[in-house]
Amino acid sequence: MEMTLDNAAAVERSPGYWTTVGRRLLRNRLAMGAALILLALILVAIFAPWLMPADPYASSILKRLKPIGTEGYPLGTDELGRDMLSRLILGARLSLFMGITPVLIAFVLGSALGIVAGYAGGWTNTAIMRVVDIFYAFPSVLLAIALSGTLGAGVGNALLSLTIVFVPQIARVAESVTTQVRHREFVDAARASGASALTIVRAHVLNNVLGPIFVYATGLISVSMILASGLSFLGLGVMPPEPEWGLMLNTLRTAIYTQPWVAALPGAMIFVTSISFNLLADGIRSAMEIKD
Amino acid sequence: MSYLLRRALYALPILLGVALLCFSLVHIAPGDPLVSVLPPDASEEMRRQLAALYGFDKPFIEQFVHWLTRALHGDLGTSIATSRPVMQEVATAVVNSVRLAAVATLIGFTFGCLFGFVAGYLRDSAVDRAASFLSVFGVSVPHYWLGMVLAIVFSVMLGWLPATGAGPGGSGDWSWNWEHVQYMLLPAITMSVIPMGIVARTIRALVAEILSNEFIVGLKARGLSDLAVFRHVVKNVAPTALSVMGLQLGYLLGGSILIETVFAWPGTGFLLNSAIFQRDFPLLQGTILVLAVFFVLLNLAVDALQTLFDPRIQRN
Repeated sequence: MEMTLDNAAAVERSPGYWTTVGRRLLRNRLAMGAALILLALILVAIFAPWLMPADPYASSILKRLKPIGTEGYPLGTDELGRDMLSRLILGARLSLFMGITPVLIAFVLGSALGIVAGYAGGWTNTAIMRVVDIFYAFPSVLLAIALSGTLGAGVGNALLSLTIVFVPQIARVAESVTTQVRHREFVDAARASGASALTIVRAHVLNNVLGPIFVYATGLISVSMILASGLSFLGLGVMPPEPEWGLMLNTLRTAIYTQPWVAALPGAMIFVTSISFNLLADGIRSAMEIKD
Repeated sequence: MSYLLRRALYALPILLGVALLCFSLVHIAPGDPLVSVLPPDASEEMRRQLAALYGFDKPFIEQFVHWLTRALHGDLGTSIATSRPVMQEVATAVVNSVRLAAVATLIGFTFGCLFGFVAGYLRDSAVDRAASFLSVFGVSVPHYWLGMVLAIVFSVMLGWLPATGAGPGGSGDWSWNWEHVQYMLLPAITMSVIPMGIVARTIRALVAEILSNEFIVGLKARGLSDLAVFRHVVKNVAPTALSVMGLQLGYLLGGSILIETVFAWPGTGFLLNSAIFQRDFPLLQGTILVLAVFFVLLNLAVDALQTLFDPRIQRN
């Protein structure tokens, strides 16, 4: 009797799964460094209007393409004489938004599709997964460019195209983990005790599959950042004069002969953001002990 | 063998779906697809004639079947912008893209293998850390930006290599001499970074796993030289390494549009870019169809090769 009581107390004291994951993540210095950089970028994006030293839209024929370190323009000016630092700061808003949003929407839609397919099995599964396979048969970059190229330039179309690219990828992962969970004993037990499909999914399937899907989705944010900025780089995403890192890189492309390092700045921002998301995703993955 | 047959049969509906998706592009496009061909003051009669010429007056399924039948006979229609057969345009561009992607894959594969093997043998060494950095770098770097940076360093500052184009004679006149190859180096190196990182990561993990196997200990205990053991490791790594390389070649072909744009390389990416901005739908559909079909078939070939190399694989 005493033994059982002791055990119960021990169970109560032992930290939960997510607390353990959080602690392991906190010990990962590389992932924490990446998280700090991302936090800083998000804060910059939120407080951009107060952080910008100059008007990011004010152009000047006389001040075109000034080098880094010019008086009053710490990071130089772009091809229309606009302050680079201010544009990079305000650009964080659209760039982060364009990179993160498609993965968020695809996480919801893809998980829903994959869980339904995996849990229902049979013809429902076949119908959903064969359509998913067709989209999956295209390389991501090609599909994103084909869709947004057809739909036309603009923020909405770019977001839609990227979402369509990521939904099948997430749905495949969701379907495969749901199928695995569906055949576990506790799901059989719940079904045998008369629980409805909805209850089983909510109580037993969701908390077992959302973790792996979440890990996979975090890994996609880095890809999404590169693709979203890539679309703007091709002239298919954000339209001028809005500052977005990919678009800035595009309009500064011809300036590599006059001000090469100013021209390369927006790309460096995309790189820092994308590698930070990747390192954080790697950290979360290893903290959750899921191998890729 | 039955696995391969099932795998090949399974590719058929996928190919049909891919074709349907490519064909649908023109129908999801906003506005009238004829706008780019019609003069602004065109009469309703003229519009109808042109619609009939392109088949737009027929029901969707009939149009698709007609388009697909012609495509299977190698006819992808006529480019609106250049009035040349789409097949001819795509064929020239595909050759240029394959050339670039193949060289990039080769560079990426060679260095990726090198890094992967050394890192797998010497875990936690400096090379191992460099390899893991390389793999994160390869998938994180916006390759269009890397291309710009390489162009800045090697063309603008050092003046060693040309920054754009495909060399004298343009896209049609290629030969494997320095005059032409120098134009390929920067885009190929830029492109190679992605497969390099992925190959290095895959091979490192595989080598580390194989070296921890009991049969390796057994081989060493029987007195085999390190070189002989290495041969066993290579034999075990090869199937996966080759399939990763094959898949990467496909991804590079499909994803080359951004790099081709940066370096003005006259491949499929470049073609796609002009098709999009000139609203040239036959060219857009045709290019995407060819690339996607190529990708599906490449996947199939990779699976087939892997099964031949490693008979243990009988996946579903």
